[in-house]
Amino acid sequence: MTDFVYDGSFEGLLTAIFDIYFKRLERARILPAAYYQPDVFSEKIEVYTDEAKANRVWKGLHKKLSKSALIHVFSCYLSELPEREEIILSFVRQVFASTDKVEENYSSSSVLRIAQLGRQLFREKHRFEAFVRFQQLRDGTFYATIDPDFNVLPLITEHFVKRYANQSWIIYDVRRKYGMHYDQHQVQEVYFDFVKASNEASLPQLEATDSEVVEPPTGVYTDQEDLYQLLWQTYFQSVNIPARRNLKLHRRHVPIRYWKYLTEKWTK
Amino acid sequence: MIIGASPESDWEVMQKANQLYQDYQLKRVYYSGYVPISNDHRLPDLTTAPPVLRENRLYQTDWLLRFYGFSLDEILNANHTNLEADMDPKLAWALRNLHAFPVDINHAEYEMILRIPGLGVKSAKKIVAARRFSKLNLEHLRKFGVMLNRAKFFLTCDGQPNRHRDLTEEQIKNRILGTAQSKFVTQQLSLF
Repeated sequence: MTDFVYDGSFEGLLTAIFDIYFKRLERARILPAAYYQPDVFSEKIEVYTDEAKANRVWKGLHKKLSKSALIHVFSCYLSELPEREEIILSFVRQVFASTDKVEENYSSSSVLRIAQLGRQLFREKHRFEAFVRFQQLRDGTFYATIDPDFNVLPLITEHFVKRYANQSWIIYDVRRKYGMHYDQHQVQEVYFDFVKASNEASLPQLEATDSEVVEPPTGVYTDQEDLYQLLWQTYFQSVNIPARRNLKLHRRHVPIRYWKYLTEKWTK
Repeated sequence: MIIGASPESDWEVMQKANQLYQDYQLKRVYYSGYVPISNDHRLPDLTTAPPVLRENRLYQTDWLLRFYGFSLDEILNANHTNLEADMDPKLAWALRNLHAFPVDINHAEYEMILRIPGLGVKSAKKIVAARRFSKLNLEHLRKFGVMLNRAKFFLTCDGQPNRHRDLTEEQIKNRILGTAQSKFVTQQLSLF
């Protein structure tokens, strides 16, 4: 067994696949450097992420897969499951080994898994196009925190760029500790150091763990922010039809784990 | 359409919906259970609960018409004007038409696979796509997300002769309802 250790990026993963094919190895594993533990029985090969190699693999997949299947492969990577590299490698091997439309061979476990993860990620992406609640900061930027089950931020960014093209906004993933900042021209990945920022009071102070409710600190948001929140909550209370109350269905559409970031659920 | 304010049968409601779909090319018809708002003697009493279950069954029928290739008179007709409360219309249709089953999922047409209870459009498409590569067995179906507790009575697949061939309509119904927990049954039981 040969272990290919890569940097955790999608390009790195594709480069690792390229290297495996280049060396014609049958028995190989791909592991992210962060989780790699040396193993007596296997040889370690470091993968140096190379965009040219990654592009060749991606183009090769492009020729053999439909657009949705390509998105499913990327979704599988974004799922962050520990077995994601294994699934993708096995899927890619099947794709390159056959001239048939392998992406529909659902009796193969990795093909089925890729399709299922693709759907799961799509659902999560769809939810987070709806479950993002912005709050306006003093400098006019709209700021939102999210905590999705999967790393869907790269998938939802395009939607928000199109939807709020004339506003500046930040969407910050509290679990993965990175965010996307849009300044009305381009999107950039941002990383915040909240402890330091809290002293300067320029950015929201945030110590969100899984169970904690994110309390918006005072002084960071605009003065009208509270009023807008009240307006939004009042709106939700008045469109509610008590006779049609169906909490079970509601929880299926809006699972409780997302409630802590939804303004309408903050009852004061 | 408001359901339950006036005394139409399910058949009449669905005939109207079907007509709207066919004659006016409507994309979608909505069914909304009547919530009592007035004391008028021509309307249901103020204490009646909205007919949630009936609404759900009508939506199920609507889906069968639009996505599953059923025609209305297969589900509801002059002799059968109301939907069953204890089971969904697709299962009810299958039990009335046991002669059409079991369906061999490795060879049957897509349209017939779609009619197996416990199996939806997504699974049916997966089955038709995947069986080109290898013969499918129950384990594959389980992984596809097919509700085998229902579907197993109505299909045959690789390595799985139909063991349920000799069961009658009533026996299959009891076995399925015995294992399945309807989301509405709990609501009804809590009354006692």
